[in-house]
Amino acid sequence: MGREGVALRQILHHPAADRLRHFLFGSRAGYGLVFGVILYVLLITIGFVYLYPLLFMFITSIKNPSDLLNPMVQWVPTELYLGNYERAFRVLDYVDTLGTSVLVSVVPSLVQAFVASLVGYGLARYRFWGSNLVLLLILATFIIPPQNTVIPQMLTYRDLGLLGSPLALILPAALGQGYKSAIFILIFYLAFRSLPKVLEESARLDGASELRIFFTIAMPSAIPAYIVAFIFSTVWYWNETFLTLIFLEGGATTLPMQLAQFVQAYESLYPPGVVDIFQRLNEAVTMAGTFLTILPPLIMYFILQRWFVESVERTGLTGE
Amino acid sequence: MKPRLSLRLRGALYGYGFILLWLVGFLVFTVMALAETFRYSLHRVTVTATGIALEFVGWANYTRALFADPRFVELLIGYTVETLVAVPIVLIFSLIIALFLNLRFRLRGLFRTIFFLPVIITSGPVIRELTAQGATAAPGIANVPAVVEFLTQLPGALRGPVEYLLTSFILILWFSGVQILIYLANLQKVDRSLYEAAAIDGASAWEVFWKITLPALSTATVVNAIYTIIILSHFSENRVVRYIYDRTFDIHGGIGYASGMAFIYFGVMVLLLASIYLLLTRWAERGSR
Repeated sequence: MGREGVALRQILHHPAADRLRHFLFGSRAGYGLVFGVILYVLLITIGFVYLYPLLFMFITSIKNPSDLLNPMVQWVPTELYLGNYERAFRVLDYVDTLGTSVLVSVVPSLVQAFVASLVGYGLARYRFWGSNLVLLLILATFIIPPQNTVIPQMLTYRDLGLLGSPLALILPAALGQGYKSAIFILIFYLAFRSLPKVLEESARLDGASELRIFFTIAMPSAIPAYIVAFIFSTVWYWNETFLTLIFLEGGATTLPMQLAQFVQAYESLYPPGVVDIFQRLNEAVTMAGTFLTILPPLIMYFILQRWFVESVERTGLTGE
Repeated sequence: MKPRLSLRLRGALYGYGFILLWLVGFLVFTVMALAETFRYSLHRVTVTATGIALEFVGWANYTRALFADPRFVELLIGYTVETLVAVPIVLIFSLIIALFLNLRFRLRGLFRTIFFLPVIITSGPVIRELTAQGATAAPGIANVPAVVEFLTQLPGALRGPVEYLLTSFILILWFSGVQILIYLANLQKVDRSLYEAAAIDGASAWEVFWKITLPALSTATVVNAIYTIIILSHFSENRVVRYIYDRTFDIHGGIGYASGMAFIYFGVMVLLLASIYLLLTRWAERGSR
């Protein structure tokens, strides 16, 4: 190590160099410019990949028929063309199917959240023989594929005349066997277990009945868990098509169900031989239909997003 | 002694009271339905105007599915391979994204919103429409001539998984929303003092990740792997699920055959779950040693 080495070290450890190094590569106080740039570039890349199908869907849905055929028009349509939405709106029979979708997702979810909270409370607060076994069985029900249990249900509903009615979805939810019920029971189990018992015990000393304690003390203190369970349940019921298709076929039609038969529905409204080229079914119309289908949950998500992304922290559902 | 015992008994009775609804539902909608489906799977089921007619056929539905229906076996193998491809990708990406989101930076909330968005909109028909438009492929990759050429050069066994990876890349990523949240919540629970001790000992960020962060996430990894397998297997666009669904409505023997296939599928899924579980717990044990 000669004189140059000493000089180099002096330059490298000069306060200005330190500041530059910290600015570029970070220090205890921050991440530094280089790291920050890499972080944002990676995040934006992954974020773009995530959103790509949605961007593609939206852009395609506002293209007019000539834009669709024009290979020069990729990401920027020549005009904001809403004709696709007009037709998709009619094909989806939007107002009616939206109402059905709301009905068959909100009602079972309310019922499911309430029943799941009863079960979760029972498991978290009382000691009884077999409670661990019950917890195990609840988790096991999460694994069982729906197709292993729906056929007898479907046949029974047919005999009872319930096929096609939302009751076919509400009934299992009311008995704790709704869509993904196990997760919600687990959420409530963990939520009630993490809440202090003091209030409940003092109410018990005052002679309150167990149900009263549940309704007036336990339920209000677990409101975050209720909100999380309700909104997740609603979204999952909304997007569920296997059960809804089997139980509601021929009766109520939800938005995703109508989207699944978009082509047939379109051709019955706009018969292919009759309409001119601008009225024919093209990918812009199906993308408009797809966008209309995801629009309601999307709006709900942007209003309630904190509840979604903080759900795991708020409910203590972290894996144990 | 006596009042205490009765207090305990009373508590137990209240406990049973609270889970009563679930217990009834479990017996009716799960146990009985499973048993009934199993019974169908041993019969030739014919749908009649008034109900169904059963004709006992033993294991014929199972042997038909496994040995006489090449389509079902092919779909089943495809499902297994695709799940084995998708699970590591979901785990790795959700871990990377969770590590990013665990850092402090501006716009963190925005990115968290983006990465969780797919959970809200993923329904079978939506995915079907997007896939039909080629919008779920890794952007711009699947149609490049060189990639197509590369695919045709691959040996048959490798081609399927690689093609699936390229054409469904975003779809696979879209299944990571909940897993990101679980990783994130577990990251925030890691003891800060461990990181401080490592920093004092002069450990690099790389070493800290492998020696502290990853072992601390082993339980979350197992949970996430199981969750991923389950949601992939239950997804209504899963081709095995769709095939079973379509066969259910064959008028002659459809229900029995679909029931048999459902049980085979369930068995394969449990095997997958068990092997991934054993693999990961083995790995976690080695990591903690």
